[in-house]
Amino acid sequence: MASALGHPARQARNGAAARRRDLCWLAGGLGGAGLASALLVAPSDAVQGDVQRLMYVHVPAAWTGYVAFLVALVCGLRYLIGRDLRFDRYARAAAEVGVAAVGVTIAVGSVWGHAVWGVWWTWDPRLVSTALLLVGQVGSLAARLLDDDPHAGARRAALVGTVAFTLVPVTHFSVVWWRSLHQPATILAPDLSPPIDPLMAATLLLCVLAFLAGAGWLFLWRLSPRQPVVTARPTSRTPRTPSGSSPASYDRPAWTVHAGSDTASGDEPPGHRRRPVGCDTSG
Amino acid sequence: MSADPGRWQPRRRRGALGLAVAGVAALGLLVVGALRGTLVYYRTPSEVLDDRPPATDRIRLGGTVVPGSLHELDGTGTRLRFRITDGRREVMVEQRGAAPPGTFAAGRDAVVEGVLADDGVFESDTVMVKHSNEYRSAGSPR
Repeated sequence: MASALGHPARQARNGAAARRRDLCWLAGGLGGAGLASALLVAPSDAVQGDVQRLMYVHVPAAWTGYVAFLVALVCGLRYLIGRDLRFDRYARAAAEVGVAAVGVTIAVGSVWGHAVWGVWWTWDPRLVSTALLLVGQVGSLAARLLDDDPHAGARRAALVGTVAFTLVPVTHFSVVWWRSLHQPATILAPDLSPPIDPLMAATLLLCVLAFLAGAGWLFLWRLSPRQPVVTARPTSRTPRTPSGSSPASYDRPAWTVHAGSDTASGDEPPGHRRRPVGCDTSG
Repeated sequence: MSADPGRWQPRRRRGALGLAVAGVAALGLLVVGALRGTLVYYRTPSEVLDDRPPATDRIRLGGTVVPGSLHELDGTGTRLRFRITDGRREVMVEQRGAAPPGTFAAGRDAVVEGVLADDGVFESDTVMVKHSNEYRSAGSPR
């Protein structure tokens, strides 16, 4: 059955890895360009000075977090509709990326706030809602672990994640709905001509693309079989047999029941017999 | 189900712990937010003058620093006096504490934290600068 390029699944794995590598290079290139632009091309702010350049990390990280949580929401809902555990995997990876992004947002925002506002933290609605969003999404990730049954865990995570997502619009509109120290949005606002210098806007766009590419890479990397995955434990101690477990499809869902460790090795088990039927090409 | 119960423990424990921490953190954020006035983050000069809070209540006052009203009472910036306005009424502020950030200036918005004393002077210990959503170039690029 092997073609000149090798087993079809290995081809698939190499294709996925190659895509990840390309995305990594893209993210790196955009990131490098964004960094150079942020430091050298974008002008200093008239009010805030050079510390305003933290915006080129803070804002892209925030928007990336919103996008990641949206992906997690959609995948979680898609799981609830079809009970396809692939979407639970996607939701988990997306929520992880989102949590990292919001963490960066808060950390960089704190440094920026101390320099410009005068405080590392304050209990204004934007900061509190962002922190609640972070905590809620961490909760959705933790909720998945509560159940040994992958479907129960997935359902719980999808429900908590859906509730937590309501904090995304709350966070975004917090500066409009309530009084806050954090200023209103400059770009994601109804104003058709955002009050931002064009060079700053261009730099910001570049950095947003860099962050999104980087987040995309991180998302795919988390889904790759070389990552330790939270798999279902076997319900019985069945030995790995050629006829039992799924054959060498490296992008198979994490929930494939198989005996052994919970780190998908990506290697073909010894004695594996290649069979087209049951080849899990999902994920 | 012949699963070894010992093998299930760490994952569920992690999940329960994570969820508990998240729950406590969320609750904590909401409680402290409520206590620290998140929903009414600051009051305006008109509001505090119309409905004076007791001098024991720690509140935030926000508005614009009246141009020309800013005076440093010592050289280190730790004692300042200025007036805050919302366009209608003004409150005199005496700030005593850490020096405000470099962005603090007359004509810009600020939020101060402290108490409104009986004599009508707001005694603050924290000055936070509130900047607008505008990002303008300071001049030529760096």
